[in-house]
Amino acid sequence: MMDVTRRQFLKITAAGLGSSSLALLGFSPQPALAEIRNFKLARTTETRNTCPYCSVSCGVLLYSLGDKSKNVKTEIIHIEGDPDNPVNRGTLCPKGAGLLDMIHSADRLKHPEVREPGAKDWKRIGWDEAFDRIARHLKADRDANFIKTNDAGTTVNRWNTTGFLASSATSNESGYLLHKVVRGLGVVSLDTQARI
Amino acid sequence: MTNHWVDIKNADLILIMGGNAAEAHPCGFKWVMEAKATRKAKLVVVDPRFTRSAAVSDFYAPIRPGTDIAFLGGVINYLLSNDKIHHEYVKAYTNASFLIHEGFAFTDGLFSGYDEAKRSYDQASWQYQVDGQGFAQVDDTLQNPQCALQILKRHYARYTPEAVSQVTGTPQADFLKICEFIADTSAPNRTMTICYALGWTHHTVGTQNIRTMAIIQLLLGNMGMAGGGVNALRGHANVQGLTDQGFYTEMLPGYLGSPSDSDKTREEYLAKRTPKPVRPNQMNYGQNFPKWHTSLMKAWFGGAATAENGFCYDWLPKKEAAYDVLALFEQMDRGRMNGFFCQGFNPQASVPHKAKVDGALAKLKFLVVIDPLATETAEFWKNHGELNDAKPETIQTEVFRLPATCFAEQDGTFTNSSRVIQWHWKGADGPGESLSDLDIIAGVFVRLRALYAKDGGAFPEPVLNLAWPYRIPHQPSPEEIAMEISGKALADVPDPKDATKVLAKAGEQLAGFAQLRDDGSTAAGNWIYCGMWSQAGNLTARRDPSDPTGLGQSHNWGFAWPANRRILYNRASCDAAGKPWDPGRAVIKWDGTKWTGNDIPDMRPDARPEEGVMPFIMNQEGVARLFGVERMLDGPLPEHYEPFETPLGLNPMHPNNPLAVSNPAARIYPGVMESLGKADEFPHVATTYRLVEHFHFWTKHAVLNAITQPEQFVEIGEELAREKGIGNGHRVRVRSKRGQILAVAVVTKRVRSFSVNGRKVHMVGIPFHWGFRGATRPSHLVNELTPFIGDANIQTPEFKAFLVNIEPA
Repeated sequence: MMDVTRRQFLKITAAGLGSSSLALLGFSPQPALAEIRNFKLARTTETRNTCPYCSVSCGVLLYSLGDKSKNVKTEIIHIEGDPDNPVNRGTLCPKGAGLLDMIHSADRLKHPEVREPGAKDWKRIGWDEAFDRIARHLKADRDANFIKTNDAGTTVNRWNTTGFLASSATSNESGYLLHKVVRGLGVVSLDTQARI
Repeated sequence: MTNHWVDIKNADLILIMGGNAAEAHPCGFKWVMEAKATRKAKLVVVDPRFTRSAAVSDFYAPIRPGTDIAFLGGVINYLLSNDKIHHEYVKAYTNASFLIHEGFAFTDGLFSGYDEAKRSYDQASWQYQVDGQGFAQVDDTLQNPQCALQILKRHYARYTPEAVSQVTGTPQADFLKICEFIADTSAPNRTMTICYALGWTHHTVGTQNIRTMAIIQLLLGNMGMAGGGVNALRGHANVQGLTDQGFYTEMLPGYLGSPSDSDKTREEYLAKRTPKPVRPNQMNYGQNFPKWHTSLMKAWFGGAATAENGFCYDWLPKKEAAYDVLALFEQMDRGRMNGFFCQGFNPQASVPHKAKVDGALAKLKFLVVIDPLATETAEFWKNHGELNDAKPETIQTEVFRLPATCFAEQDGTFTNSSRVIQWHWKGADGPGESLSDLDIIAGVFVRLRALYAKDGGAFPEPVLNLAWPYRIPHQPSPEEIAMEISGKALADVPDPKDATKVLAKAGEQLAGFAQLRDDGSTAAGNWIYCGMWSQAGNLTARRDPSDPTGLGQSHNWGFAWPANRRILYNRASCDAAGKPWDPGRAVIKWDGTKWTGNDIPDMRPDARPEEGVMPFIMNQEGVARLFGVERMLDGPLPEHYEPFETPLGLNPMHPNNPLAVSNPAARIYPGVMESLGKADEFPHVATTYRLVEHFHFWTKHAVLNAITQPEQFVEIGEELAREKGIGNGHRVRVRSKRGQILAVAVVTKRVRSFSVNGRKVHMVGIPFHWGFRGATRPSHLVNELTPFIGDANIQTPEFKAFLVNIEPA
C-alpha cells in the first residue's frame, strides 16, 4: 500500500503521529502528504526571447511545456526577465509582467477570416482561399492602375492605389522582406508605425 | 539613441523632457537611478504633468504642451549669453565658424525664402558661402556676423527668461534653475544625457524640438561622450529596426532615399545622393552611397541586376507625391485607393481623427489586416454601438483578417532603441492556424508571382525576377533573410590597398560595409546592418554580457549598427589631439598610431589627429550643424510656433504675423483648417500619454494589464474640477471639434494650470490605451479627438497638444 521513497518515508515519520494515525484508520497516506510542490519550471524548456513592447527590448526567458519535438504541442507557461541581459538584468516592468496574458489573450486570432462586402460578421476561411483571393485582388488593382511613365514620359513604374502599413513590432526580417516585395511590385504607398 | 541604455549610468545630469522614462521605459530608466546612486548624478524633469519620472527627480518644472522650443531656445540663449559653452569643442566640431549666405534672414517669424502659397521654403539662402573650389568658407575668429555662431546668438537673443515664461508657463525661477543645471555640463569633463520620446515627436514642430536639443548638446560638448548624446527612447521593441529597414515611402533600407520622378536615371539618382566634399580632408562617408545602393539592388534583383541595365534602377518605383500615413488616409478618403494592408498596425487607434479614418476605410475595395490580435481597425465596419457607430450594410469593403504569430512564436531579430540587434528564439507555436509574418508575406507573394507567370499583366519583370533564393519559397527562414540583409560577396572582393589579398571570397558573408562595392560584386539588403551575420556566424545571437570597458558597452552582446559601435560620434569624446576630454570615461583615444579604446572608433582608424578629420563623418563638412544648412524643411534654426490648435490664438513670439502662429511649413490638407477648434469653444489644452501598466493598444488584450488599468480615464487639476463641478470618479465627456469620448475623471494635483501670455490655461490629460476591443472595458478610441495634421518634416501627428472642452457626462 505504501509507495514511498526513502526521502518521503523520512518526512512521513517526521510528521509523526498524524500520518501514522491516518494509516491506522485505513486511509492511504499518499494523497494526504504535505509534499513540497515540485518546482514548476523543472520540466520546462527555456527559450531566450525579447519583450515586444517598448524599445528597451528587455531580454525575457520563455518557459514552455513540451520539448519542441514534432507532434508535441508546446505551451508557454511562464515568462520572466533574462538575468544575463545587460540592460534589464532580469527585471521586467508592469507591461512586461503581463506578457503571458498577451500570448494567451482571448483576442488572439486563430484562423483566417473574411468579412464580405456589406456583411455583418466574419466568416472563417482557409489560408488557401485567403492567399488566393488576396493575390487576385492585388493583381487586378496593379494591372488596372500601374503607371509606367508619367506625363513627361519619364519611366516611373509605380503602383499607388494599394497601400501598405507595416508594424514596428515585427522582426527586421519580416520588415525587410515586406519592403523588398512591395518595392518589387512597384508600390510607393507604404509607411510604418515607426513614423508615429 | 546616439548612446545606449546602460550608458545612461555614465551621465552627470539626466534631462528627461518630452518623455517619461520611469513609466514608458521602466527597465531602461533603472540606469538613471544607477547614475543617481553611483555617480551622484542629478535628474531634471520638464513635463506638462508631474510624472513618476518627476517624482524621483532632483528638480521638476512644468511646461505647457507644445512649447518645448521656447524653453530650449531660452536655454541656448542662457548658455551663449552666460558663456557656458565648451569653446574648444564648438569651434572645432561644429559649423559655428562657417559663413552662411548673405541672403539669409529671419523676419517676423519667417525665414528667408518663404512661399506662402506653397507653404514651403526655398532654401537657397540657407547655404554656406563657398569659395571657388566649392568649399565652405569659415571664420576661425567666430566674429563674422554671418558665421553660424553669431546667427545663432542673434536668433535666440529673443528667448529671454521673461519670454520663455510667457510662452511656456514655466515659472522664471524654475527655468533659470534648470539652465544652471544644464550649464554645469559645459565643462569638458561633465556630461548631460537627454532622454526624450513621443513627447517631442508628436508635434507639428517635432523634428525641430529635437534639433533644438541637438544644438544644446553640441554647445555643451556632450555629443560622442559617454553619458552624453541625444537619446530617443523609442516605442516598440523593433521600431528602430523597422526604421532601419526603411519601410517609408521616402526611403529604402539603410536610410537610402527612394527615387522620385526627378531622378530620371540611375546616374542622376546617385549623383544627387552622393555628397560632394564641403571641406578639405573630411571622410564624407556618404560618398559611398553608390556602393550601398548597388548592393541593395543586387540583394533585391539578384542576377537580373547588371551593370548594363543600371542594376535594374528603372524597376524601382518613383514617387511623385507624399505617401506617408496621413497622406495615405487623405488619398483613401478622396477615393483614390482601392486596397490596403495593415500588418501589425491599427490605424483607427494610431492615426488621428477617427471619423476621417473610418470614412476613408469604408471607401476601400479590400482591406487586409495581419495581426496576432483582434484590432479595432479590422472591425471598422462593425457596429459597436456609440463606440464605433458603423452601418455594415452600407460598407462594401471586403476585409480579410489573417492571424499572425507573435514575438514568442517566431525566430528573428529586434533592434532596440540603442541600435543593438538581438536574435530571439521561438518558444512555442502560435494558436490555431496562425502563421508568421514572413510566411504570410511569402504566401501572398508566391501566389501573385504565379499569377503573373501564368497570365502576364502589367510590367511583370520585377515581380518575376525579384530575387527569391529561399529553400522553401513560401516559407523563407529568418536565418536566410538575416544573412541577405547582412550581405555577401558575389565575386571575390579584392583588398584595394593590396591587390594580392582578397577581403572576402565569392559566396562568403561580408565582415562589414567597408567591403561593399558598386560594381555588382557584393549584395547587402541593408548596408548599415552589414556584418551582423559575418563568416563568424550570427553575431546578433551573441550573449556575452561581459564589460571590460566599465562603461557598460558589452560589445559581445548582440550586434550594434553601425559596425558594432555603441556610442556614435565617439571621436568627439577626445580633443583635437586625440586625448579624451574626460580620461575617467574615455571612450576612445589616439594612441600614437591608431584610434583605439573602449568602443569601435567612429573615425578612420589611421586618421592622425593632425590631418584634421572631423568626427561627424556622415556630414560632408565633417562637423555637426548648429545651423541646419540642409534637410530641415521648416527652417535652419528651430523657432517656437504654436500647436495648430492653440489656446492663445496667436504666437507670443510674433503676435502680429498671422502666418507665423503655427508652423508655416506644415502641410495642411483641404478641410483640415475647418476641422480645427478655437479656444473660445474648446478652451483647454489636451495632451495624450501612456501609463506604466499598458503598452499602446496591445496590453488591453492581456488580462493582467486590463485588471490594473481597466478603463479610460482623464486627469484634470483641482481648480478646473471645481470650476466644472467635476469630482474624482465622476463620468465626464471630453469634446474636441472632431468628436468626443466618455471617461472617468481623475482629479489630481499632478495636473495643473499654466499662466501663459497673461492668461490661465487648464490642461486635460488623456491616457491613450483603450478601445472597443480587448479585455478592458469598452471605450472610445482617443482618436475621436485628435487633429489630422503632422510635423512639417516627417508628418508625425500632433497628438500631444490640441484643444478640448470637458463637462460632466
